[in-house]
Amino acid sequence: MDVPRLNILNETIRALYFHVPMWFGMVTLFSISVYYSILYLRKPSPELDRKAVESANVGLVFGILGMLTGMLWANYAWGSFWHGDPKQNGAAIALLVYLAYFILRGSVENDEQKARLSAVYNIFAFAAMIPLIFIIPRLTSSLHPGSGGNPGFNMYDLDNRMRMVFYPAVIGWILVGIWVTTLRVRMRAIEDKIHDLEDEKTH
Amino acid sequence: MKKLISSLLGLVLMALSLSANAQSDVPMADGLRSEGKIYVVVAIILIVLAGLIVYLFLMDRKVKKLEDLLAEKNHPTK
Repeated sequence: MDVPRLNILNETIRALYFHVPMWFGMVTLFSISVYYSILYLRKPSPELDRKAVESANVGLVFGILGMLTGMLWANYAWGSFWHGDPKQNGAAIALLVYLAYFILRGSVENDEQKARLSAVYNIFAFAAMIPLIFIIPRLTSSLHPGSGGNPGFNMYDLDNRMRMVFYPAVIGWILVGIWVTTLRVRMRAIEDKIHDLEDEKTH
Repeated sequence: MKKLISSLLGLVLMALSLSANAQSDVPMADGLRSEGKIYVVVAIILIVLAGLIVYLFLMDRKVKKLEDLLAEKNHPTK
């Protein structure tokens, strides 16, 4: 597949097929997670909590991979791994906010309290993540493509030849993410079931 | 398992030290910068692959824990 011939970027433009779908996957999974958190708050059930926490977990993995690939790409396109670029900083803060979600879950003993607290926190985390990644970097000047505009539909960032690879890659990675999430939800369901059996035995 | 992990870690460290050697202050067409920087793309694919494999390892450990829990329940040692 041919790609646009650009200075400095050279062949690294192909990293777009791997770096960007990671973030698409992360945002999709975090959206799924916040959706289940809202459902949980409306009508609590362990199943909804499991879906919310595992979507966030897989989303975080996608985010970390997106961050690492972005750092390596930055080293060769911008000159160093970390620039303090608004997009990098925003994404890093968003990842830390979601890391705190798991620390919060780990610090509450009672299962129902844990689920309810983390569902509320998840909504705030999602509401913080969207401006940190999509709004603030676009308001300021940034080395990252997409500052001061909408990058997804910009003909200079992505031409038609690349779209034919890029969009299937995005869809594929999102599906992989959802698949891993369902696997982890099932594992967690089994774990919960085993613990329930244990409790019945001891009481 | 422990041997496998330590050998994997050794590989990763080796790759890291190689890539560190490849960098210099003046950007020349050497190391990852050669051939139109196509090896940067290769490295990025490897990062994604390594990340997924590490995640699979962690999930493998989790499943093992579940199996042990279940075995303990079926054949209580105490």
